[in-house]
Order: sequence, then C-alpha cells, then structure tokens
Amino acid sequence: MSARFDERAREVLPDDARVEWHDTAVFDLRRRRDLAVAEVPDWEALRGQAAAIKAHVLDHLDTLLVQFEEAARAAGARVHWAADAKSANQIVSELLAARDVHKVVKSKSMLTEECGLNDALEGRGIEVVDTDLGERIVQLANEPPSHLIVPAIHWSRHEVGELFHRTMGTPAGESDPERLTRLARADLRKHFLEADAAITGANFAVAETGSLVVVTNEGNADLGMSLPGLHIACMGIEKLVPSMSDLPVFLRLLARSATGQPVSVYTSMVTGPRADAELHIVLVDNGRTELLASDAHKRALGCIRCGACLNTCPVYRRAGGHAYDQPIPGPIGAVLAPGVRAKQGGAELAHASSLCGSCTAVCPVGINLHDQLLTWRGEVRTAGPGERIATRMAAWAMGSARRFDLAGRAARSVWGLLGRRFRGNPAEPWLSSRELPAHPGERFRDQWRERRGSADE
Amino acid sequence: MRDVALFVPCYVDQLSPQVAWDTVDVLERAGCRVHYEADQTCCGQPFLNTGARREAKRLAARHCERFAKHETVVSPSGSCVATVRNRFAELGIDPQGPDAQCRTRTYELAEFLVDELRVETLGARFPHRVAVLQSCHGLRDLGLAPGSEQGPDAPETRDAVSLLLDKVEGLERVTPDRADDCCGFGGTFAVKYPEVSARMGKSRLAGFSGAEFVVGTDVSCLLHLEGLRARAGKGPRPIHLAQVLAGRAPA
Repeated sequence: MSARFDERAREVLPDDARVEWHDTAVFDLRRRRDLAVAEVPDWEALRGQAAAIKAHVLDHLDTLLVQFEEAARAAGARVHWAADAKSANQIVSELLAARDVHKVVKSKSMLTEECGLNDALEGRGIEVVDTDLGERIVQLANEPPSHLIVPAIHWSRHEVGELFHRTMGTPAGESDPERLTRLARADLRKHFLEADAAITGANFAVAETGSLVVVTNEGNADLGMSLPGLHIACMGIEKLVPSMSDLPVFLRLLARSATGQPVSVYTSMVTGPRADAELHIVLVDNGRTELLASDAHKRALGCIRCGACLNTCPVYRRAGGHAYDQPIPGPIGAVLAPGVRAKQGGAELAHASSLCGSCTAVCPVGINLHDQLLTWRGEVRTAGPGERIATRMAAWAMGSARRFDLAGRAARSVWGLLGRRFRGNPAEPWLSSRELPAHPGERFRDQWRERRGSADE
Repeated sequence: MRDVALFVPCYVDQLSPQVAWDTVDVLERAGCRVHYEADQTCCGQPFLNTGARREAKRLAARHCERFAKHETVVSPSGSCVATVRNRFAELGIDPQGPDAQCRTRTYELAEFLVDELRVETLGARFPHRVAVLQSCHGLRDLGLAPGSEQGPDAPETRDAVSLLLDKVEGLERVTPDRADDCCGFGGTFAVKYPEVSARMGKSRLAGFSGAEFVVGTDVSCLLHLEGLRARAGKGPRPIHLAQVLAGRAPA
C-alpha cells in the first residue's frame, strides 16, 4: 500500500527539534486537561451523561432537526439544508451574492474547512477574512489548519512574526506573542468594520429553542455576529442538543478537554436575528447520514471538536496535523475521513495509528475512537496486491503448526541476510531505524519437546 | 496446584523463546502446573490489525479450538490476550459457544499473578534500576493499571506490573516521564509507518532516563525499543517482566 501519511510526515520528521517542541506544546494541552479533569469530582459520570445525550440525539436526529428548524424559524432565522459540501457552498455564495457582499469575516468553523468554503467564495470574488488568530495565521500563510482548536500550533512565534511582517507590514523581528496579537487585532478590526457579512460555525444548536451556541476564547465570533447585518451560521446536522438544560454538561466538558480551562472565555447564544439584521442557518449533511446508518461509526458523530484526542495522540504529536491531509487531523479526523470523504486518501489514515487507545480514554463524549479505527481497517481495504498476497500466504502458513514451522525455518535461514541493509530487502522498513533482533536459533516449541518431552496432552 | 496452558505468541515462539521459558519458570514458582499445546500458532492479531478480518477469524477460531479444553490460559503478551478477550467477539466467535471458555479465561501474566493467584512474592532478586513500560493494550484494553488519562489524582487503583516489581529484591523502580505514552510499535503500524514509529520510540526511550532496564509485558514493544536502542548504541535495555520475576540475570 502507499503509505502517503509517512511521506507527508517526512516533511517534518527530519527536523528533530521541531518535532520535539511540537510534541511538547501539544502534550502540554493534554497535561492541562488532566489537571482540569482532576478538579471535577464526577468526571467519568459527566462523560457518561454526555455520551448518553449524544446517543439520544443521534437516535432521534430526524425529529430533533425538524424541531430545531421550526424553533429557529419562529425566532426569525432562515434555515437552509445542504446535502453536501458543494450545495452548502452554493447556498452561502448565493446568499452573499444576492446582497452584493464583497467581504466576509469568518470565525472558526471546522465545517466550512470541510466544505472548502473559503476557496468557493474567493472563486466568486468574495474576500474571506478568518478572524480567529490561529486561523488567520494559517490563512495568511495559505495553508490549512493543523489542529482543531489551535490551527497554527505548528508555527513558532518567530515564524509568526516573520509572516506578519511579510503580509501585514508589522515591524521586522517582532516575536513577542502579546505584541503580535495586538498587531493582528488592529489589522482584524479594520476588516470587521469593512465586512458586509459574518460567517460562523456553531458548537451546539438547541432543538427546543432554535438557538445556536458559539464558544470561543477570542470573542471574534461575537464581534462578527454583532457588526454586519448578515450572519450565516454553518453547522453539521449532528450538532444538536435537545434542550438548554443539556448544554451545561457539554460546556463543562468542552473547555476542560480542549485546553484545561474550566470554561471558555466567550459562550454566546444566538436565538433569531438582531433587529434589522438577517440570520441564516445552513444545516449540512455531507456524508453524516451515511455514518449515522453505520452501527460501528455512528458514535463518532457525537464529537464536540475539543481536540483532546489530538493532544494525547502519540502519532499526531510527532507527525503533525498536515500529515493527515484532511479537514480534521488526528484520531477523530481519521475516524471521520472515510465516512465524510471531504478529501481523497482518508481511508489510509485508519492505519496511521498505533491503536494505543489513549484517544478513547480522553474523549469527553466517550467515542470509541481506536475501536473505530480498527473497524475501518476491515471495512475499507487499502492494501495493494502485494500486501494482500503476503497476508494470505502468512495466514495460510499460520493455519497449521507444520506450515508455521516450515515458514519459521525459512525465515531463520535468511535471517542474517535480512538484518543487512540492501535494496529490495523486505525488512527495510524495520531496518530504516532499528536493528533486527538476533535470531535465537531454536524456537520454543522445539525446545519444549527437547526439555519436557513431547506435548503432554 | 493450578493447571495452566501456556499461550506462546507466534513471534515469541520464534524470536524470544527465553521469555516463554521465563514465563514457565514464574508460573511454576507460583505453584502452577504448566501445559503446552504444541499445535498452537497465532491468535490472528496481526491479521485483524491490518484489516484482514477473514483471515483473522479463521485463526481466532483455530486458536480457540486448540485451547478449548483448558480452564486457564496464560500468555506473556498483553496485546495477544487483549485480542483474545476483547476482539474475538467482534470477529464473530460466539461468546456463548464452545469457544467462550478460551476467551473468558485467557490472562496476561501479570494480571494472572496479581488477580488470580494473588501472589505476594516470587522470591526473585534483580538489583537494578528499572522503569515500567506500560504497554497500551495491557494498560487500556486489559486495565493492568489506571491510565494517566484519569488524571493525576485518580483514585489509587492497582498497577499489576509495579506491584510485582516492588516485591523483587534489590530492584529500584524509576518513574518515567509521561508514564504511559505509546512506544510506537503498534504491530503493522511499525512497518507501514516506520519513521513515525521510530520517532515515537525514540521519545519513549528518552523518557526512561535514569533506568538501566525498561520492563514491559509485551515482547513486541520491547523488540521495537531494543531495535532502536541497538541502533542508537545507548539507552536502557528493554526486557520482559517474566525475566525479572524469574530473577534471570541480564546477559
């Protein structure tokens, strides 16, 4: 099979110091999460509650969506349905075009990343300014985010300083995070005032009241929703919670799991448009109903996008988010990729995991992430013909003790050769960074026969 | 005297027979009578791991047949035991059928000693500084220890491997940095993504500074780390728990 993930990871792996600080920065979020979790006496119970609410939502999504639509309309919002990314982009484009919008401020939305909305709008001559600081950094650098909640975690402050100098004309050599933030804020303020519309995502949507809940640390979504006369919120159809009383469960879990904060800085609820303004809600499917129909993968739709599974993932921390080449990296990205199919090549990602299970252990809504990765491996075969033949031969050999013995002898006879590095050596992937263990010469079964007589049963 | 059938993982049979002998030694010291089914091959884990479910199912069924007549099966491999206990059901091996016995009564060595035999001490001596490598499948799939994800103040539950090591004479246990970060082996992962795997292993080895030996419950993780250590020419030596409990001096 083509291990594309490894090829992409190779772009960062040779830079040992970089891998080291990326790993440290990301794992620091995990440590903060651990400390925050320890402050909540009933963490496991809270996780269980969240999982139960999400399971209920996914089981009743059809009726809850209709309930949400009615409540949102009653509150004055317009609701649109998009079957896929293309349709979502078209709805947004047309809304903007009909109102002669040339500039949009956007706050972070993984769904619009998934749909490729920025490119679609820019293709129609509409300028999109991402207003989340991390998202702004990757936008200026013309690259995708590498983390769910810290999109530019792979950028050092010196690199950000250079980028800002190049793209915004900030003073050369500036690398102080606070001053850089102020510079970016001053620049963004201008865009906020010029924009004719705001696009946001939604962390949750309340079926009972038709409300949207947007959680940020920077307040950029709030500013966007408060200034221009048009607000378009794009969200996946799975984002619902039944009622307001369900929200606290998730708000307690979300910020703690993400960054170790007890609560995010801004939690804003929007029910209907402001006076003299329009609110449009775009509900997007894009593969979600297919996942909903899969017993094995349905639970993945409960994800609240906290990023905890990325922060704990030993593979993500070393390979970096771009190695995944999907809108969402890390374990949850790999679980969603083959179902959502936002981008080609997602099926391979199920293999790019050591299945250590730490993702499952941290997930605040109890998604069995590593189990689902294993299931995908069986459901979507990515093996090439060579691997398939080798697998079948190996299974055939293991099907009888005699054949296993012969295969073992064959391996032993060439073991010394396998340990040497030469082109075409099948052991090369192992040898590229590791020595082959010395062969003990005799297998346990033969030794048992010699020392303890024939098998005693 | 408890009768125990030894489940020797295929790669242990071929590459680390001494670990299987150390396991026999430990089990006999603990008062067990050890049986060995010479016809055993592989539980199917590598096939399941790579998505070859049909092949995995065939081998899982074969494995169960071979051990069906035994009350208790013990293996020096957390990941193989986790496969038998947690994954056979999803391969369609009927939990109520004749294969069930094998699934429900297969134990990893450390958990068998601590939970089933409740051994106090095995009288081993190992005068070295060692750190525990919590292999992921043993840790999170079998629950050999509380995972660090439960937070620093998680209620003190057992850690089977450390409990056993703390009773070994002369042994000094060193707490590694990031107690249970994955070593990067991950079965076929180590071969499909060798560079990421190696980078993970390198970090893991660095986290064991101060230890002379890294003691684990999975030979596969240990072979991966030993391969990295040998290539680097430095670092603590990975060895199996059974070797320490058997009091066998390092070569």
